[in-house]
Amino acid sequence: MNPDTGRSSGPADPLSTTELRQETMVINMGPQHPSTHGVLRLLLELDGETVVTCKPIVGYLHTGIEKNCEYRTWQQGVTFVTRADYLAPFHNELAYCLAVERMLGIEVPPRAQVLRVLFSEMNRIASHLVWLATAGMELGAVSIMLFGFREREMLLDIFEMATGLRMNHAYIRIGGVIMDLPPGAIEMIEGLLDVVPGRIHEYESLLARNPIWVERNAGVGILSAGDAIALGVTGPTLRAAGVPKDVRKDEPYSGYGSYEFDAVTRDTADCYARFEIRLEEMRQSLGIIEQCLDRLREPGPVMVEDPKVRWPAQLEVGPDGIGNSTAYVTHIMEESMEALIHHFKMVTEGVKVPDGEVYQPVESPRGELGMYVVSDGEHRPYRVKIRDPSFANLQAVPTMVEGGLLADAVAVIASVDPVLGGVDR
Amino acid sequence: MSSSELAARMRERLPDTVVARDEVTSVVAREDLIGTLAGLRDDPALAFDLLASITATDWPERSPRFWVSYELYSTAHRHRVRLKVGLSEDDARVPSVTSLYPTADWHERETYDFFGITFEGHPDLSRILLPDDWDGHPLRKTEELGGVNTRFKGAFVPPVDRRTT
Repeated sequence: MNPDTGRSSGPADPLSTTELRQETMVINMGPQHPSTHGVLRLLLELDGETVVTCKPIVGYLHTGIEKNCEYRTWQQGVTFVTRADYLAPFHNELAYCLAVERMLGIEVPPRAQVLRVLFSEMNRIASHLVWLATAGMELGAVSIMLFGFREREMLLDIFEMATGLRMNHAYIRIGGVIMDLPPGAIEMIEGLLDVVPGRIHEYESLLARNPIWVERNAGVGILSAGDAIALGVTGPTLRAAGVPKDVRKDEPYSGYGSYEFDAVTRDTADCYARFEIRLEEMRQSLGIIEQCLDRLREPGPVMVEDPKVRWPAQLEVGPDGIGNSTAYVTHIMEESMEALIHHFKMVTEGVKVPDGEVYQPVESPRGELGMYVVSDGEHRPYRVKIRDPSFANLQAVPTMVEGGLLADAVAVIASVDPVLGGVDR
Repeated sequence: MSSSELAARMRERLPDTVVARDEVTSVVAREDLIGTLAGLRDDPALAFDLLASITATDWPERSPRFWVSYELYSTAHRHRVRLKVGLSEDDARVPSVTSLYPTADWHERETYDFFGITFEGHPDLSRILLPDDWDGHPLRKTEELGGVNTRFKGAFVPPVDRRTT
């Protein structure tokens, strides 16, 4: 221990560790623990307040999404994968649909691409707000928890209005998006653009120079660029080490190449850098949303025209939520036998995807979210593998935690922002 | 580097390389896996420093039955390649690559958990997502979806395609 700072000098000081290691204590943190960010369990070997070893144990939220996908049609896969990383549902859907579309060799209409980018970026803000809220709570800044969830609610209201659901939307579908924005949605998003920049400034003024926040985060949980890459870490945690890896920039999808934004990086590679990056990313996302709104002035189809691919139903938001439009139900039930047959075939069998395999990455709020999809030419996926960023990032926690203080472990887990729904799938 | 240029470079090391849907896939023999990966990682022109994912696919009717695939990415050159190793059913073993890519640890445990493929030399090859006492490897095509005993009075939940309600 360094008597001036009270911090451990880490395992680099052999004398103190051998001296103190005579009696270590193994404690279990989680899986039900308010500061483990979900059902994560850590097996910690402690030497006083110093973490000697840390072993993350996962799997408590395994729901068999990948296996389930193999038993449903390609279109139904969207509703499964959206539930993996439940704070980034649009990213899960987007990665899956992009992968299937590449297998089918189809290009989605421009307006659908803009809507995909729009919702991905709103989702990124919503996810970073949850991160801010929970990380703040875990480090004792409870007001930030309330603020973060308050602003997230604005985004969830937009999601609910446009897709019918607050989470697990199944909005992005193979061939485009399921429906265009309802009337009034643009105004709500504009309202968001008016309010959120000021709120981000508020979070920054509350935390950025707050001595407790700085003390808990700066210089804590350092993960160098080399270590991060070797451990497969991506997203804000990697960019905090100065590596500008952002799938939106490096391998643009959905027209990201035509938007102006920066891949935010920092050089200190600590928890504080990750905090700064996420705040700045929210601002960048707001900029992208603004550019999306400009492009949405142009009307157009939101799904491909090909009847062999597009979802046959037409959805609309009614008084009791989202559902099939009455006009469409009348058409298939009373007017056209062929339309009914087609509807039945598409809903029960769905689209046939040529055989092959595709790995499609997208930049989720937590890093590279990859979808490895294999088809044997049938109506169902042969294999769907979700490369979830939290799964890889969580492996780096022992590297950041071991040798530090127990209290810093909480800051480190918060800064990595794992979502266990994605880790366990 | 375009995918065809990358494929040409990959062919120097692995002749069995194809480009499909703008993705480069190379097939590597199990014995050559470690050497090939080390070469791909350390060659400055390729520099595949990030192992994004390891997984497997199961084809019970075919030979080899299992294909283990490695998704590699280069943070310097921003290109990707997929390596695949074919494994037969009665010899589903492959060397662990944790010594080259520490991130492989959990990915290999997951592949072992789901497919029952043994990664030789892995520091702790145990189940990761399923309970330690789970029977079988559920992502194999021979395993049904569902069909588990529950703790409630010996009730059994049949697989989805055999459910009547």
